[in-house]
Amino acid sequence: MSARRQASSQWLLTLPSLAWLGVFFVIPALLVFVTAFRPADLQGGVGPGWTLATLDEIRDPAYLPIIWRTVWVSAATTFFCLGLALPMAFHMARAGQRQRQWLLLLVVIPFLSNFLIRIFAWKSLLHPEGPLTQTLISLHLLPENAVLLHHAGAVLLVMVYTQLPFAILPLYAAAEKFDFGLLDAARDLGARPRQAFSKVFVPGVRRGLISAGMMVFVCSLGQYVIPQMVGGVSDDMLGTKIAQRVFSDRNLPHASALAGGMMLAVLLPMLVVAVWQRIGRKEGA
Amino acid sequence: MDDFLVIDHISKSFGQQRAVDDVSLTVRQGEAFSLLGPSGCGKTTLLRMIAGFERPDSGRILVAGQDITTLPPEQRPVNTVFQNYALFPHLSVWENVAFGLRMSRRPREEIRSGVDRMLDLVRLSEHARKRPAQLSGGQRQRVAIARALVNRPQVLLLDEPLAALDLKLRQHMQMELNTIHEQVGTTFIYVTHDQGEAMSLSSRIAVLNSGRLEQVDSPASLYENPRSSFVASFIGDANFFTGVAQEFQHEGYVRVLIEGLGSPLVQSNGAVSSNQPLRLMVRPEKISLTLARPSSGERVNAFRGVVEDIAYFGSHTRYRIRAGEHCILAQLQRSRFSGGEIDPARGAEVWMSFHPDEGRVVRLEDAA
Repeated sequence: MSARRQASSQWLLTLPSLAWLGVFFVIPALLVFVTAFRPADLQGGVGPGWTLATLDEIRDPAYLPIIWRTVWVSAATTFFCLGLALPMAFHMARAGQRQRQWLLLLVVIPFLSNFLIRIFAWKSLLHPEGPLTQTLISLHLLPENAVLLHHAGAVLLVMVYTQLPFAILPLYAAAEKFDFGLLDAARDLGARPRQAFSKVFVPGVRRGLISAGMMVFVCSLGQYVIPQMVGGVSDDMLGTKIAQRVFSDRNLPHASALAGGMMLAVLLPMLVVAVWQRIGRKEGA
Repeated sequence: MDDFLVIDHISKSFGQQRAVDDVSLTVRQGEAFSLLGPSGCGKTTLLRMIAGFERPDSGRILVAGQDITTLPPEQRPVNTVFQNYALFPHLSVWENVAFGLRMSRRPREEIRSGVDRMLDLVRLSEHARKRPAQLSGGQRQRVAIARALVNRPQVLLLDEPLAALDLKLRQHMQMELNTIHEQVGTTFIYVTHDQGEAMSLSSRIAVLNSGRLEQVDSPASLYENPRSSFVASFIGDANFFTGVAQEFQHEGYVRVLIEGLGSPLVQSNGAVSSNQPLRLMVRPEKISLTLARPSSGERVNAFRGVVEDIAYFGSHTRYRIRAGEHCILAQLQRSRFSGGEIDPARGAEVWMSFHPDEGRVVRLEDAA
């Protein structure tokens, strides 16, 4: 088969998924952008005509601390997830076939229960009368009347918990392709085990690190259930605000403007990373 | 120093399998030494124990008098050239070579001059900025050698250094390795399954078979005086005959009765008693072929046979000759002025003969 025929048949094969993405992702995303420029009506719908007023509304300085919190909570979540997932992926890739399958199963097993149910489980775990708080207090690891729930720390903890598999899986995929003989070479050249890990293994799985980091960071930016359920009154994130604008304020254009702004803030850096990776690949070839 | 690297009664098992079984040997300082054997003979395990990646179950390893048996790899005065080179793909050639010096926190200036000198030695200075993926197989190997040697190891281990290269490059690298060894004077230990590689690269060879040491000797001694039939058949080709010791002619020689062939006189290779079962080895190129019975009297062992098959190799020709139940391999070198030699056709009746000094008695226990 000629290269050209092959290319066109590849296009044919990707057509169904492209159509799916177009209908269920690209068009709805564009609709979100479009809605941001329509006036809101009192019934929670969209009125006739076009306006730029919403763009002024979302420039409200009250959003600044929320945006800042959204970014740092997501960044911290990403940091902890990668920190936990790296050694996990390392050990999974080095484990024997059987052990590896068990570990993989353990990583994906939380997905078997509903996301909301798991958050509720955390809620009761962290509850002042709950087992975790009570045990820590009785061991004098926490002062009396300590509150774990409705706290920024609780948001971070549960965020890391929910995002961890999304960091482990891409890192594991990268670690599986890693040539562990390189670690022997590093040790042979005088590197201690830790140095071999940081100087050879980590750079060796950097593509996996980038995709895991992107995955966790982007998913964290959009979280709204976790801050609402385990966070305090001042732990709102941008996602929480968008949900509020849709469900309580019934102001679709305002919510769309916030969501659209966030989407742009995510897509532009991703584009930069993609271009950067492509350049890196060309250099490496 | 005669015992620069000492392997002292080393054993190592993986589960039920004894990978290395009570191996002892010594390597001299500056020597090029080979560990030779078929796959699974324990040579790689032995190498990994010298490098520090495996801990022996028992025994000791000493380098320059220092016991390194329990040291982790990063603390050993030993560096390795890995079989697949194991170059760091994310680092340039220059940074690969600098890795070891950076790990030992040498001053910047020393790193720079050391790496530059090493790249010069392996003639890769103009490729210093490239990534390993941009180099050819031979160049990658030279990077691996430079990366190991820049740390000035007491012992350099080379694991199947030529296995990944094609034939022409292999012959070239063989000479190159010898040159590098002469220039740096470090003790080189090769691990290989290729007898030709071991013979051309090293001054002494240890032959290993299923975890045990068979023989340590110079290439010529291994070829001319193999002590076991394993060594004889692993290094070069050999004809084997089993027979019984008959009588002593004089010191160092024995007549061996081989059923269906005759009773040749050969070197006895140690004490032999009458009626003792023996195994006799003759290299194919030591056998000459003539049409008439050779007339040099008792000192020549001569047998009749029929040419069964002929294989022409250009530089030499091989004949398979049948003599009763025995099938004997003979190899003739073609030279125009040799005289006396013949060019028998398939089915021709010929006389095979060899001098008593060309036959060897080898250990019987391990039938090859």
